[in-house]
Amino acid sequence: MAGVLTIYRWELRKLRAQKRTYLGLGAAAVIPLIFVVALVTQGGEPHDVPFGRYVHQTGLAIPLVLLLFGLLWMFPLITALVAGDIVAAEDRHDTLKTILTRSAERQQIFAAKTLAAASYAILAIVITGAVALIAGILASGFNPITSLSGTRVSASHGLGLVGASLLAYLLPILAVASIAVFLSTVLRNSGAAIVGTLMFSLLLQLFDILPGLHGLHPYLLSTQFNAWQGFLRTPVDWAPVVRAIWVCALYALPALAAAALVFLRRDVAGE
Amino acid sequence: MTGAAPIEVRGLGKRYGEILAVDDVDLTVESGDVFGYLGPNGAGKTTSLRMMLGLIRPSAGSVRLFGRDPQLSVAALEGVAGFVEAPCFYPYLSGRTNLELCAALDGPDDGAPARIEEVLEIVGLRDRATDKVGGYSHGMRQRLGIASALLRQPRLLILDEPTTGLDPGGMRDMRQLVRDLAARGITVLLSSHLLAEVEELCNRVAIVRRGRVAYEGSLAELRRAAGLSYRLRTTDDERARRVLAAQSGIAEVSDLSNGGLVFKAAGEGAVAELSLALVESGALVLELIPRQATLEDLFFQLTEDGATATPDDVAAKIAQVPV
Repeated sequence: MAGVLTIYRWELRKLRAQKRTYLGLGAAAVIPLIFVVALVTQGGEPHDVPFGRYVHQTGLAIPLVLLLFGLLWMFPLITALVAGDIVAAEDRHDTLKTILTRSAERQQIFAAKTLAAASYAILAIVITGAVALIAGILASGFNPITSLSGTRVSASHGLGLVGASLLAYLLPILAVASIAVFLSTVLRNSGAAIVGTLMFSLLLQLFDILPGLHGLHPYLLSTQFNAWQGFLRTPVDWAPVVRAIWVCALYALPALAAAALVFLRRDVAGE
Repeated sequence: MTGAAPIEVRGLGKRYGEILAVDDVDLTVESGDVFGYLGPNGAGKTTSLRMMLGLIRPSAGSVRLFGRDPQLSVAALEGVAGFVEAPCFYPYLSGRTNLELCAALDGPDDGAPARIEEVLEIVGLRDRATDKVGGYSHGMRQRLGIASALLRQPRLLILDEPTTGLDPGGMRDMRQLVRDLAARGITVLLSSHLLAEVEELCNRVAIVRRGRVAYEGSLAELRRAAGLSYRLRTTDDERARRVLAAQSGIAEVSDLSNGGLVFKAAGEGAVAELSLALVESGALVLELIPRQATLEDLFFQLTEDGATATPDDVAAKIAQVPV
């Protein structure tokens, strides 16, 4: 019997052999670079964005500003690019019958695929964070940063807070990945799953600005994309982070459970 | 569960909405069989095979592979390998990498790397093993499908129309391969819509039409059931016709368009007596030739009308086959 870990490694190997993987990871690396190059060459700074006015003072502000920008579409798109394809690709190539007639149970294959999609999303965030930090520090220096509460935070402490923020940002991204896996499993078509995931993200942002839905606000997935800002207060405000953990789980786990159920029970028939 | 038949299918059915793709199929494949699953396209062969491999959930009935249910766990596929429709692989990976992936999914096995080279050799893909499968021809993919099946060292091989889409050389190689594997003691279930192929390779057959098994048994039995008819040419066919009509054990006399008569005989004894009677009547025998009803005729008869048939039913049906 094959183990989940073995299947997971092969899922990663399949991702490494596909162009779309590099498209997403390339975007994750290039976008912060473009941002930093634009800051250096054009001067000026993003207005009306928290930390926007610090981008020339400290490189630590760069990843934080990017997280605020990336919220709208970039990370959900990069995540959905692979997570939305992870099951549908098997339908596209008609390879489910190939892997399901070996010695791996369906639940193992599903688990491995979910882990691979999550790993990719994590890697994309890590790449964006690392590139933004390195390029930002090269451009604006490794200097102390002013927190949202107005307190100055030393550079090394600030670096830790940026790392924690990236981790917190992962929570809603993993929920988006779960929804993409669900759509990939149900729709069996990667294009539809990717677009569907983006539509879902945009819809939630629409809820965000609709009047009369303020009560829902703390429980929207889009709100959780801002939870990391809790780390940038002095003292650290854990409430939004803790809420992000369970709210994101409430989005991710039912999606994954439903996807698993569909995957375990589906007929693997030809077109 | 030793001793259980490689495949035991009982009452198997699959319904898609209003359509019964597979309807109450029973079949048993015994150890050492090369079993032909024969039927026209759209008879539900592939759907049955998918259920046997656990890819599709049956709407009714059960499948047991060596006594185990493939619906419950993939453990039932232990010792079983094969493919349905054209074998499919990851086009962006090489042939060898695809086999490595398959081997990894088969579970930890130190012997796998050596066996990958061995099966690549058997199917003649060694030279192209590092090329991406995306660039493979249909025949090469088919051979890679066999290689990936052999990798599991199966006791039972399930092959869905393995020669479909191959050129004549490829078909010959594929059939030779099936013969070689059967000679090594591997039980084979082979679906086909080609009667000649099944006749060449298989010792037992099930003939399916519209989702139902129309005949299951040995080919020899089917042939025997098909019975013998005789072609007769004499110096005086008019007189011969009267003799035939009077003779016991002779039936269904008819004219052949190019001269001569055709009839069915209850046995060789009846034919021997007939020859004597003909000579006595003065109609001298020029030709008296047994004609085997072809399986082709039988196949069309079974797949175009009628329901489940026993060998006796088949004999009755053959009587209607125009000769």
